[in-house]
Amino acid sequence: MPQTAAIEVRNLRFRWRRELPEVLHIKALEVARGERIFIRGASGSGKSTLLALLAGVNLPSGGDVEVLGETVNRLSSARRDHFRSDHIGFIFQLFNLIPYLSVLDNVTLPCRFSRRRKEKATLSGNTLHDEAMRLLAHLDLADDDLIHRPVTELSVGQQQRVATARALIGAPEILIADEPTSALDSDMRQAFLRLLFQECEETGSTLLFVSHDRQLEVLFEQHIALDEINELAQEGV
Amino acid sequence: MAIFSLAFKSLLNRRFTASLVLLSIALSVSLLLGVERLRVESRNSFANTISATDLVVGARSGAINLLLYSVFRIGDATNNISWKSYEELSRHPLVDWTIPISLGDSHRGYRVMGTDQGYFQHYKYAQKRSLTFHQGQPFEKVYQAVLGHEVARKLGYRLGQDIIIAHGAGKTSFTLHDDKPFRVVGILNATGTPVDRTVHVPLQGIEAIHADWFAGRQVRGLTISADEALERDLTPKAITAFLVGLKSRIATFQVQREINDYRKEPLLAVLPGVALQQLWDLIAVAENALLIITVLVVAVGLIGILTVMLASLNERRREMAILRSVGARPGHILLLVTGESLLLSLIGIALGLLLLYAGLMLAQSYIEAHYGLHLPIGLPSFREWQILGLVGTSAVVIGLIPGYRAYRYSLADGMSIRI
Repeated sequence: MPQTAAIEVRNLRFRWRRELPEVLHIKALEVARGERIFIRGASGSGKSTLLALLAGVNLPSGGDVEVLGETVNRLSSARRDHFRSDHIGFIFQLFNLIPYLSVLDNVTLPCRFSRRRKEKATLSGNTLHDEAMRLLAHLDLADDDLIHRPVTELSVGQQQRVATARALIGAPEILIADEPTSALDSDMRQAFLRLLFQECEETGSTLLFVSHDRQLEVLFEQHIALDEINELAQEGV
Repeated sequence: MAIFSLAFKSLLNRRFTASLVLLSIALSVSLLLGVERLRVESRNSFANTISATDLVVGARSGAINLLLYSVFRIGDATNNISWKSYEELSRHPLVDWTIPISLGDSHRGYRVMGTDQGYFQHYKYAQKRSLTFHQGQPFEKVYQAVLGHEVARKLGYRLGQDIIIAHGAGKTSFTLHDDKPFRVVGILNATGTPVDRTVHVPLQGIEAIHADWFAGRQVRGLTISADEALERDLTPKAITAFLVGLKSRIATFQVQREINDYRKEPLLAVLPGVALQQLWDLIAVAENALLIITVLVVAVGLIGILTVMLASLNERRREMAILRSVGARPGHILLLVTGESLLLSLIGIALGLLLLYAGLMLAQSYIEAHYGLHLPIGLPSFREWQILGLVGTSAVVIGLIPGYRAYRYSLADGMSIRI
C-alpha cells in the first residue's frame, strides 16, 4: 500500500457564511510525509482559515481536504475532533497554555482526549509523566523548579516550549505551528526552531510552519507562499 | 472523567470567586434544610405529645385554643369547667377513663398542673407510650408533686425536696403560695413533650393552696395554714379541661356531640388529631411563606453560580480554543462549563449539610431549653435528600446556560483565538 501524502488539498474553497464572498480558493496543495514546510502568509492571507480547514475545525464550502489519506471534511464532526487529537499537534502564536493546569498537565493534555496519543506516548513503557518529562528535558525545560511553577509565570519562550512538548506528545504525524516564534526575540527564534526540527525528526512528524517572517524561511526545505496558491488572495491584490 | 478533573482544576484556579459562590450556596442550602427540619420536627413533636386520647374537653372556645392550652401548655384557658359537669361526664357509660387538668399556677416558669393518679395511668404520648418514672412514684397525698424530667434536671431537684408554687403562669410571679410547700415524690422519664416541663400536683393540692384565695386574690386577713386546709373539703369546684378515653373509638363522634350539646354548661370536645390538623392548616400559611423565602434564597445562590460562570466565559474563549485544538469536542466544552456549575453546587450542598449539622449541634440545647423542641441530629430524611437532589438538578439546568454559550462560542471560534 503506497504511503499517502500527509496533506493533500484539491480545489479547496471556503467562505465563512453562505451570503459572504469566498475568502480562500486553493487549487492544489500537497505535503509529503516527514517534510518540513514553511507556509508564508501575511495576516489576512487566509492562514488561520487554511489551518482551521486542515484541522477539520471548519468545513470547506467546496473541494476536499485529505489528511493522512483521510478526507477530513467527509467525517462527522465528532470523528473530525477525534482525528485531530489523534494525528495533529498544534502550537499557536501566544498564550498556548491552559492557565489553571500545571506544566505537566498542559503537556499531557492531548492524551486526555486521544487514546491513540496516550498509547503512543507510553509505548516505550514510560508513564505519561515520564514521557512528558522526557520531552521537556529535550526542550531544556526539565528544571524541577520550573515545572512546578504556574504556567502563567513562565517566560514567553518557556511557554512556547511547553506548548511544543504538548504538540509533540504521543508523536502525532502532523505538527502545525502557527506563528510560534513571533513573540520571541531572534536568538531565541533560532534556538526554538532547532529544537522543533530536532523533535520533528525524532518523531517523524510532518511540520507545517506558518509565518510571515522571511528570515526563517531559509531554514526550511519547502516553501509555500499562501498568497500565491490562494487564487482569491491574488485577485484581491 | 478527564473533563471533570479539568473542571475541578479550573475552579481551583478561581478559588476566590468560587469560594464566595460556594458560601452562598452552602448558606442557602443549610437555611432551606434547617427550615425544613424545624418544620418537620415541630410537627413531630406536636403530634407526639398526645396519643390514645379520644377527646379533649374544655370550656367552649376554639378547638386549636383548647388543644394548645390543655395539652401543649401554650396560652391560657378562657374559662373553666365546673367539677359537677366533669363528674357527670366522666360517669358517661361510653367513657373508659378521664384525666382532669387544672392549670393556672407555675413554678419558676414551669407550669403546674393539677390532676389525679389517672394521669400516670392513662396519659400516653408518641406511639401510645405511657409515662414512666425515673425516680419515685405518683403522688398520693395533697402536698406532693411529680416533676417532669426537664424540670428536675434544669432545677436540680431530687426526691424529698420541697418546692413552692407561684400564683399565675408567668416566669416571675410576685405572689407565692409559700405557706404550702409541695414535696417531690416522683420524677418522670423524659418524653420529649410538654410533660417534661410540667410540675404535676394533685387537684386537691391546687384547691388547698387557693383555700384562702377568692376570685384570684388572696383574701386579706384570711390565712389558712397547710394543715388547716387539709381539714377542709378539697374537692375542686372547677377544672380547666379534661382528657377522655372511650371504651370504643367508634363512639367518639357520638360522645363528642353529646358533650358539645351539653345543656348545663357550654363545653367543647375536640378530637386531638382533628384539632392538630386545624393547627397545621393555620400555620401552613406561615410555613409556606418561609419555604418560599428559603427557596428564593437558594435560587439567589444558584443565580450566583450563573453569574460567575457567565462572567468568566468571555475571558475563557482562548482556553476553549486551546482545548479544541488538542481534540476537545464542543460537547466537551459544554461538559466542562456545566460540570463546573455542577461541582460548585455539589460542593456547596455538601458544605451546606456540614453547616446544617454544625448549626444543629450548636443550637440543639438552646432550642430545646427555650422552645421545648428537640431537634434530633440524624441522617437527612428522604425528603431532605429529595430537596438536595432538586437543588443539584436545578444547578445542572442553570449550568447548562453558560455551558451552552461556551458550546456556541467554541463552535463559532473553532481554534481561532480571540483576545
